[in-house]
Amino acid sequence: MPQSPNLEQPDRPWLIRTYSGHSSAEASNALYRSNLAAGQTGLSVAFDLPTQTGYDSDHPLARGEVGKVGVPICHIDDMTTLFDQIPLDRMNTSMTINATAAWLLALYVAAAERQGVAQDKLQGTTQNDIIKEYLSRGTYVFPPEASIRTTSDIVAYTVEAIPKWNPINICSYHLQEAGATPVQEIAFAMANAVAVLDAVRDRDDVPEETIGRVFGRISFFLNAGIRFVEETCKCRAMTALWAELGRERYGIDDERMLRFRYGVQVNSLGLSEAQPENNIVRIALEALGVTLSRDARTRSLQLPAWNEALGLPRPWDQQLSLRTQQILAYETDLLEYPDLFDGSHVVEARTAALLDDARTEMHKILEMGGAVSAIENAYMKQALVESHTRRIRAIERGEQTVVGVNRFEETADSPLTADGDASILKVDDSAERDQVERLLGFRGRRNTAEAEAALKGIEDALKNGDNIVPASIRAAHAGVTTGEWSDTLRRLFGEYRAPTGVAAARTVAAGDDNEALRARTEELSEALGRRPKILVGKPGLDGHSNGAEQIAVKARDVGLEVVYDGIRLTPEEIVQSARDEGVHVIGLSILSGSHSILVRDVLQRLEKEGLGNLPVIVGGIIPDDDAAELLAAGVKRIYTPKDFDLTRIMGDIVDIVGEAAR
Amino acid sequence: MTAEQSQRVMRLLEGLAAGERGAISEALNLVDDRRSEEREAALRLLDGLAQRADTPGSSPHVHHRVGITGAPGAGKSSLLNALVENLHSEAASIGIIAVDPSSQRSGGALLGDRMRLSGGARESGVFLRSMAARDRLGGLADATHASAAVLSSVFDWVFIETVGVGQSECEVADLVDTLVFVAQPGAGDTLQFMKAGILELPDIFVVNKADIGPVAERTRSELQATLGLTGPGDGENWQAPVLLASAQDRQGIDALIESIAAHWDHRLARGQLAERRARGQVAFAIESLARRYGDYGLAQLGGPQAIARRLEAPREGSIFGAVLEIGQQIEAEIRGA
Ligand code: B12
Ligand SMILES: Nc1nc2c(ncn2[C@@H]2O[C@H](COP(=O)(O)OP(=O)(O)OP(=O)(O)O)[C@@H](O)[C@H]2O)c(=O)[nH]1
Ligand SMILES: [Mg+2]
Repeated sequence: MPQSPNLEQPDRPWLIRTYSGHSSAEASNALYRSNLAAGQTGLSVAFDLPTQTGYDSDHPLARGEVGKVGVPICHIDDMTTLFDQIPLDRMNTSMTINATAAWLLALYVAAAERQGVAQDKLQGTTQNDIIKEYLSRGTYVFPPEASIRTTSDIVAYTVEAIPKWNPINICSYHLQEAGATPVQEIAFAMANAVAVLDAVRDRDDVPEETIGRVFGRISFFLNAGIRFVEETCKCRAMTALWAELGRERYGIDDERMLRFRYGVQVNSLGLSEAQPENNIVRIALEALGVTLSRDARTRSLQLPAWNEALGLPRPWDQQLSLRTQQILAYETDLLEYPDLFDGSHVVEARTAALLDDARTEMHKILEMGGAVSAIENAYMKQALVESHTRRIRAIERGEQTVVGVNRFEETADSPLTADGDASILKVDDSAERDQVERLLGFRGRRNTAEAEAALKGIEDALKNGDNIVPASIRAAHAGVTTGEWSDTLRRLFGEYRAPTGVAAARTVAAGDDNEALRARTEELSEALGRRPKILVGKPGLDGHSNGAEQIAVKARDVGLEVVYDGIRLTPEEIVQSARDEGVHVIGLSILSGSHSILVRDVLQRLEKEGLGNLPVIVGGIIPDDDAAELLAAGVKRIYTPKDFDLTRIMGDIVDIVGEAAR
Repeated sequence: MTAEQSQRVMRLLEGLAAGERGAISEALNLVDDRRSEEREAALRLLDGLAQRADTPGSSPHVHHRVGITGAPGAGKSSLLNALVENLHSEAASIGIIAVDPSSQRSGGALLGDRMRLSGGARESGVFLRSMAARDRLGGLADATHASAAVLSSVFDWVFIETVGVGQSECEVADLVDTLVFVAQPGAGDTLQFMKAGILELPDIFVVNKADIGPVAERTRSELQATLGLTGPGDGENWQAPVLLASAQDRQGIDALIESIAAHWDHRLARGQLAERRARGQVAFAIESLARRYGDYGLAQLGGPQAIARRLEAPREGSIFGAVLEIGQQIEAEIRGA
């Protein structure tokens, strides 16, 4: 081994993880064990959408979604199976779970106890960050205030009972995936952390002196985009702002508590469908951004796969991402040096500028009543939609280069995608059937009276203002299911629909590309007798709203009237709305993989309503084979990420409405 | 009107009588259509509906039109949601028209994002049509009046949410039986309300967002005091109440519903409903004729005043029939000229 010139101790490598899970607890368990055998050092669990939104696998809303984008976990047996032969006292498990975090934590604790592991030995993370769900990720269930309560229950519980647990991972990651600028990423995440910390501080059961420890347990989950120098500065700015907040707002002076701890998943939004092999390089560079600066180095890293924009990654695709991390950590000399940027004026200046702007923006939010208010009044959501519009417009016009997409588009045939849809993972439809069968079996086996009593315990805890976690752990052992737990909370808290942020979104005026299209819209309006009206619909549990939002805003800007009611509507609601609203065209946006079932459902319902002639177009992650089938079933046009030119899409829509009117 | 169109109108009339949602939607599309041929069909349809309509109070059907107006962001939509949730659990039949602003630059509009009706409300058949205000500044859309007529032929309750502009009250006041003004706490210098000259029109004031604390209560007393100065609501002893509510916490919603119902009863008992609707209809008729034929067109029949007098005079048939007839006369005059 070459001699290291570094005098200091080398840094320890970060936790190397892969975000994964699919089909069933059993299949995911096998995957986890093989990943661990391949040198992965922690687990990162992806749950399916029904589990994340609090439905059992046999709920009507779960149809087509079970086991698709993550593992379905309905009850204690699923959880036990998921970690079969994985000793939980020696594992560090990160769970991407939010609205139902208290419940999945309870199942995890119960599963550990069944392995004979006491809960205070557990290490890991519940994402448990609800604010960014309303802003980007979309798996919220309850209204903000109620959700903040369960969030703070988890914090207050684990800080005593599971001291090595990270009860919450404040996520700026998802904000960047929804279009946030670095300043927005920093400011919104910090305002979010303040909302949670204030809620915990104001609890009766959290003594004043505990807040330092609470502060020290809060970790972050950041993004790292392709502008990796700026991303390095962003991480440094966050490190500074976090310590500043701790000192000034919470009166903490213990340096260890003030340390900014964060994990990263690098940017996926910028990963392209065109020339997807280029993504390998993007991913590696982005990983550099959050590992270069030792003082602000990530504690754990997850890398997406090269085929991100095509569909779910196969084991080989994930392995390549794992190897990328391993090369960076074990092959390069990165870990041997102290901070490379110490004394760099350039990095310091950029960091200071980001810090200043972010601080100002954060205070603006705090002044309007904090992050919860800025959710309810749509301030943050609208700001994200606007930023994303700017990003997309810059790509559309070539002001922001994306190699292979808007520049250097010519390409030789890629051997990686030669097999078409075989280059992604397809979850078998039998996964849902099997899971539902197991669930029914479980319900049949369990002691119903015990489960009901445990549910009553949860209800009482909610009503009495007791911490919900202990009652949930009892419920986990008693055989309560994910749907039952969530329904109990739904009954008491109610359900919530977050603002979409599109209605008031101000889009940039400069140099308008929409003029020509607007003239065509006017002509079409004359011919139709009224302005063309489009319904942009998001059926199913899918929370990917970026595409729908940008289509909605663009349609408005070219002169269409647009109905957009946000995420998670049923096909029935969409068809009813299309009819009541008298629209000329329906545009569905689905990225979660359940397009085949949902689109057909919409088409059938339209037919039944006598609206069979209403044109339907679809956008999202639609593999070629499925696209062909949907076109054959009557869909007029299908768009995927490679159709980044929104102006062209709008032109098509005007044509389609015109044709249908003829 | 072609035979085909007559048939369509007949079909729609039947469909509306049966409460078919497809027919409701198609009728709303028709009354929004600016093409000449369609416009005639629309007026015939509206005429047909008017002929058939019960006079208010003559049947168990209510057909109560309620306007919801107030400053941008005061919580009109949120309150409407809450009203609908409470009403639908009583199995009331409800139609909603929500008017949103249009983009001045593109003419397009983003609708929705405000009626966050729960699944339950949607399932139980609440009908929602959103409309863009287009180039109108008064808080309504061109077709709102006609659309309200269509919806109130079917639903017991018709709610109309206006664009949250400052002075939309006059227009919507002409259109509804009960006008609810949603006030924003604090924003409240009642002085502003007075300056805007809007205190006379609303039948019910509701200060929303009571959950944010004493400032809401203060706004309410200020408003009450100011109203005391300007005198009772519509001169005939209906004292416009000032309520306090929170759409967010679902507080004061039932009281608001009761107040809306009480206002209806009040008007009904005094025989004021038909008169008020008639007044609103004349305003609508003049406006729609002016929009189509302009000053020059109206001048052919002696100008707006003369036409208004003619419309106010007792007539057979509905106002929509009269509009059609007057329109044809104007066209004939212009052609003759
Ligand atoms: C950004 C992103 C997110 C963001 C979403 C933020 C938001 N509010 O939208 C975040 C980080 C929250 C997220 C989360 C998840 N994601 Co994600 N995400 C992506 C990503 C990287 C980009 C999608 C995107 O926004 N692109 C930008 C927009 C503008 O493009 P678009 O939506 O494709 O729209 C374009 C066209 O498709 C089309 N279009 C789309 N809709 C419509 C509608 C109409 C009417 C028309 C005309 C056109 C049209 O026009 C647009 C213009 O080009 C994709 C991978 C990729 N690179 O595409 C994965 C991806 C979609 N996610 C995926 C998954 C699995 C998830 C999770 C479910 C993971 C989990 N288990 O928890 C979560 C949960 C989300 C949820 N609640 O459903 C998978 C889906 C797998 C599948 N289909 O089989 C993907 C494909 C990644 C992968 N390969 O695994 N994600
Ligand atoms: N605290 C509080 N906020 C409320 C209440 N009702 C509405 N809001 C908030 O006020 C904002 C505006 O609510 P909307 O119902 O959209 O108001 P609106 O008057 O319909 O707005 P426009 O139609 O855009 O003019 C939203 O952020 C709501 O969450 C309430 O009772 N209490
Ligand atoms: Mg509104």
